Amino acid sequence: MNKSFKNNTSKQKTWFHYYWQSLSGRIGLILLAFLIIGALCSLFHLLPYDPLAQDPLAVIKAPSWHHIFGTDQFGRDIFSRVLDGLRRSLSVSLVAVFLATFFGLIFGVTAGYFGGFLDTVAVRMSDIFFAFPAILLALAIVSALGHTWIDTSIAIAIVYTPIFVRVTRGPVLSLKELDYIKATKVLGYSTRRILGRHILPNIMPVLLVQVALSLSWAILTESGLSFLGLGTQAPDASLGLMVADAQSLVSFAWWTLAAPSLFLMLSVVSLNLVGDGLRDSLDPTRKSI
Amino acid sequence: MFVVLRLIPGNTISSAFGTDTSALSPQKIEALKVYYGINRPVIIQYFNWIRGFFTGNMGYAFHTGTSVTKLTENSFPVTLELALFSTIIGITLGTLIGLFSASKPGGRRDFIGQIFGLIALAIPSFVLSTTIVAVFADKFHYFPNGYEYATPWKNLSLNLQQMMFPSLVLGIAVAAPVMRTARSSFLETQEKDFVRTAIGKGLKMRRVKFVHLLRNSLNPIVTMTGIQFGYLLGGAVIVEQIFSLPGIGRQVLEGIMKREYSTVQSTVMLIASCFVIINLITDIIYRYIDPRIRAHE
Repeated sequence: MNKSFKNNTSKQKTWFHYYWQSLSGRIGLILLAFLIIGALCSLFHLLPYDPLAQDPLAVIKAPSWHHIFGTDQFGRDIFSRVLDGLRRSLSVSLVAVFLATFFGLIFGVTAGYFGGFLDTVAVRMSDIFFAFPAILLALAIVSALGHTWIDTSIAIAIVYTPIFVRVTRGPVLSLKELDYIKATKVLGYSTRRILGRHILPNIMPVLLVQVALSLSWAILTESGLSFLGLGTQAPDASLGLMVADAQSLVSFAWWTLAAPSLFLMLSVVSLNLVGDGLRDSLDPTRKSI
Repeated sequence: MFVVLRLIPGNTISSAFGTDTSALSPQKIEALKVYYGINRPVIIQYFNWIRGFFTGNMGYAFHTGTSVTKLTENSFPVTLELALFSTIIGITLGTLIGLFSASKPGGRRDFIGQIFGLIALAIPSFVLSTTIVAVFADKFHYFPNGYEYATPWKNLSLNLQQMMFPSLVLGIAVAAPVMRTARSSFLETQEKDFVRTAIGKGLKMRRVKFVHLLRNSLNPIVTMTGIQFGYLLGGAVIVEQIFSLPGIGRQVLEGIMKREYSTVQSTVMLIASCFVIINLITDIIYRYIDPRIRAHE
């Protein structure tokens, strides 16, 4: 994938060089790296406490050296739970956005490249999906599928696929008419080669920005669903669920609300910043200024 | 929507009778199916529902014992009021901060504006709502939403107080993307010759900003607001739940929890129709605010 960026931007300097020049991209990437490390700690059981372990002797404790984010009503360590919830949010969003990108790309590219009936169907279908507010559609799908994390991912993927269809179809439609693509046809290249080697690398920048932004929306949607009780189920930790729990505790334990909210916002902010950075570094018109 | 809901495991009967379902004889279940109209083929159910929706018969909500049309008559105005206030807050806030930010790109004002946009974009509506509830209800003992919902006709001041926080939460969520769009639109328009002329002929900066600049960058802002309206209707689900406003969003959520196809289907369909109508309205507004579009046709 990296190779295509190099071809796209510059011969001497790598794509990453341009990315690193954008301030928001830098901050976003560093933030995101920290969050991912935290989530990986949870994945490899490196957390200070078991996120599910209850400690009756340490119920509702304010942040201290032992529990840096305090404990909740069951004496569970909030720092461990936040990281565990973060891992869950990130993995749900990653799977969801991966699915949405994959199917959106397939539908979008085929619709844009081949046109005709396929195009009409793809466009009409995504129009129908766009008429429904995202969270509402996700709610309905989740209630149909169930509450495991994979169900939530599928629901979010279905909601976001039309966005990717739209984002890829447009550029493909205009690329198709360009002379160098026409030239590849004259040269007798196979459709697979044209799509894979000539069209795909050119829509990659738009796609990557969209992936970063969609990841942040997916995190918001996942936590929203969990907050309403339709995503991750208790006792598993989830950022949305923790906020919902905190509703009744916050009057005397502010840290129960602050910790999950902070991490939720940090992850959304970092992904948005990464998206901004990507857009700045991959957009050829901006670079020329 | 219809297809998705039919896939939900369990049906109206098992949710109405709960664990007693297993005690019912097959004959009784058949009879109940006929009663609820779920024995017919799905495709016929679908057309019955569509026909009903357009003739104002949106089905029957078994749990509350009233028709969905009746439920919606009460809940729709609530959400409409909420959406209206939030949109007003969102546009005003977003445009003003966009102007503030665009006045000196790259400067300190721009930085502050951008930070606001980013935070407003990142803060989930339920976090903001929960925080507001915590701060105002616990610290200041002021929480109008603790009372039963008051319609504007009955108690206008209580109604407005109850609407204040939810519309602020949704308004801020709408303001963030509006602000970003407004900023880039202003930046683009600022470069135009007519703005330079306006400044050059000695007009006050304020007049240039609010008359020349704003008027000419309005189109993208209107588009963004139209798109955000859909978010607003979805976000209403969460916000109405937290602030216990008996609106459309809550109706959907309750419908999902109680597995009432007719309520969920018709309400979601209604929301989608609203969204489509709003988009139509924004298209009409374009022509109105921008004579250039009219001239092209």
